[in-house]
Amino acid sequence: MISGAEAILRSFLAEGTDTIFGYPGGAIMPFYDKLYDYTDRLRHILVRHEQGAIHAAQGYARASGRTGVVSVTSGPGATNVITGLSDALMDSTPIVVITGQVGVATLGTDAFQETDVVGIVQSISKWAFQIRRAEEIPAAVAKAFYIASTGRPGPVVLDITKDAQLGMMEWTGYQPVKYIRSYNPDPEINPADLADAAALLNSAERPLILAGHGITIARAEQQLTALAEKADIPVGATMLGLSAMPSDHPLFKGMLGMHGNIGPNYNTNKADVILAVGMRFDDRVTGDTSRYAPDAKIIHIDIDASELNKNIRATTTIHGDAGKVLNALLPLINQAGREEWLKSFDGPDKVEHETVVMREVFPQETVGVMRMGEVTRRISEATGNEAICVTDVGQNQMMGARYFKFTKPRSLITSGGLGTMGFCLPAAIGAKLACPGRNVIALMGDGGFQMTMQELGTIMENGIGVKIVIMNNNFLGNVRQWQELFFNSRFSATPMLNPDFVAIAAAYGIDGESVMSRDELDGAIGRMLATDRPYLLNVNIESTDMVFPMVAPGAAIDDIMLNVSTKYKPETHE
Amino acid sequence: MNNEQLFTISVFTENQVGLLSRISTIFTRRGLNIESITASSSSMPGIHKITLTCRSTRAAMEKVVAQIEKCVEVLRAFLYTDDEIVHQEIALYKVPTDRLLDLKNLEEVIRIHNARILEITREYTVIEKAGHSDETEALYNLLKRYDIRQFVRSGRIAVTKSPTEHFTYFLEEQEKRRNKTEDL
Ligand SMILES: Cc1ncc(C[n+]2csc(CCOP(=O)(O)OP(=O)(O)O)c2C)c(N)n1
Ligand SMILES: [Mg+2]
Repeated sequence: MISGAEAILRSFLAEGTDTIFGYPGGAIMPFYDKLYDYTDRLRHILVRHEQGAIHAAQGYARASGRTGVVSVTSGPGATNVITGLSDALMDSTPIVVITGQVGVATLGTDAFQETDVVGIVQSISKWAFQIRRAEEIPAAVAKAFYIASTGRPGPVVLDITKDAQLGMMEWTGYQPVKYIRSYNPDPEINPADLADAAALLNSAERPLILAGHGITIARAEQQLTALAEKADIPVGATMLGLSAMPSDHPLFKGMLGMHGNIGPNYNTNKADVILAVGMRFDDRVTGDTSRYAPDAKIIHIDIDASELNKNIRATTTIHGDAGKVLNALLPLINQAGREEWLKSFDGPDKVEHETVVMREVFPQETVGVMRMGEVTRRISEATGNEAICVTDVGQNQMMGARYFKFTKPRSLITSGGLGTMGFCLPAAIGAKLACPGRNVIALMGDGGFQMTMQELGTIMENGIGVKIVIMNNNFLGNVRQWQELFFNSRFSATPMLNPDFVAIAAAYGIDGESVMSRDELDGAIGRMLATDRPYLLNVNIESTDMVFPMVAPGAAIDDIMLNVSTKYKPETHE
Repeated sequence: MNNEQLFTISVFTENQVGLLSRISTIFTRRGLNIESITASSSSMPGIHKITLTCRSTRAAMEKVVAQIEKCVEVLRAFLYTDDEIVHQEIALYKVPTDRLLDLKNLEEVIRIHNARILEITREYTVIEKAGHSDETEALYNLLKRYDIRQFVRSGRIAVTKSPTEHFTYFLEEQEKRRNKTEDL
């Protein structure tokens, strides 16, 4: 006989878990007590706030593709992971969270630290289940891992009462779940849909591929490139689809959406066929949907049937795994060459380079405050463009997405759907633990850093070699930008008086330096990357800097601002 | 938004605590009002059926149904308009007996409305009527004058008019899928 607590640990091991991110408390103490005997097989990372635990698990999952595991106590421990659950659901991240729960006899009585966890998480979890007896544990954990990691991945919550943790049970071995009657994560692909899609693509003159996070999740990077190359189709990526294709691939045309590249955005409305793979036509990607891709027949591939025809009506939908669909589609697609269509991306590219990229990444001045774009690019290049870039939310995020260069998959980890400030630092911890051999750059703003900066403690304690880059504009820069553009420059609650970030890092025994002027930047980056230890750079950023190009909220995707006063117009610029 | 109509959604589920609230949040998130809801076990062991009605556009309802089907414990959800189903609801009316006796043509009313009397005491009489909501409504409007003390109406229940049993077919498909996974 073993305790339920031990059954949880054995089940985790059977699922291949090597790391748990968590924080103890009353209702989860039996689990933590047993964990004490398992520290040789399971690494527990004690975070400094439960939000940090779930974001770290998200970083771990997104960097590795494996399921992230979190353990927290009942009540406040559980409510502190709410933001991360919502984030993981939006960004399709496989996470298993166990929350301690009060004893069965006191359920529903407002017992100390009782929160109705299963009730609260209904709309922000893929599945949630309360365990009342020890014997239920192995089957429930097996189901949780299966649901979290298959189909469109997502966060799953197991609310484990104290009774279940303490109760004794017969361990009869672990049976992984492979089938649930009401849940089919791997639907059979309809051959008729494939044929329709192939016919549309083969007759297209100006096809465009929109690559989303689904490519990465399905590990279908090679299939994507193979299809694009065979039929000579340009590719634009959503923010979460970035790094699925190398940034410098000739068919890769950049990022889609609000702060994406002009070429793929503008040409979305020129395309005659769009092949959307593992993406969900988020409003930040489409702009005004009534003026989106007016000339295009749309083929939409997704594993989540509820995404098909949700935001955009497709001509053909294919319900299935991105990798399997692309594999099946490839032999049906004719080889093609599309010189002219591909060349039509050059004009917008040139305009973007001259009007936006030059001043952002290659400024003339050699000293003084810096821009986020140049900092991002210099760091990316200093890592041979091989690092994992984890961003926070705001201007720093857009600059990371725009100017980091990617040569390997799973190299951009960022909070897309929810846009959670404070995501970066803990997510970077998880990414580094999942991929210790890769450089992990935590690229963040001064605002977002202060939302989860207590995780410096986790970094210190575990010697996690993340490279923390604060692009410090002393502003909630992204909101400031919107205030300047849309609210008459009334900077309500966006300027910030900041502490000495380098001194804070020093208090945690983390080396760092402030980079006040451009001429100090390369040296500082060199020192940061020369060590395996964590390092913090506090970089002095121009506070009035803005992210462009920009498609204003509600505007059409080809209605693109180049700066405060100029819109992109192909005729005049070419 | 102008072509709103009443839809019936039949949801077949595994028995799972919390599923009803998970399903209802799908409506509330979109600001949709569930007009009626009935949940019960079905004829198939372990399978539950939830019948909901909601007034909205077909486009919106199709998205809602897709999101309901996305819930892990939902087996299948079907969307129907009234012409595709045979549907029914039941209503109970509690009326003071002395007031009811003022109704000169009580027998005729009961016959015409296909209602029946479940209980009579000196104080009150309970009448039952099954039918479509406009029919239970009509009887309500008639009895209203006689001082209805309590009135209660169930949610809608419905079966399809379709000659093929899509849900049975679905279950057979899942069984095949299970056999396939077990062969692996
Ligand atoms: C938790 C949370 N609160 C508020 C916001 C709204 N918000 C989006 S960007 C932003 C400003 C971020 O400032 P900072 O971290 O300094 O980054 P910057 O834009 O200056 O690079 C804010 C407040 C958010 N996304 N998340
Ligand atoms: Mg800032």
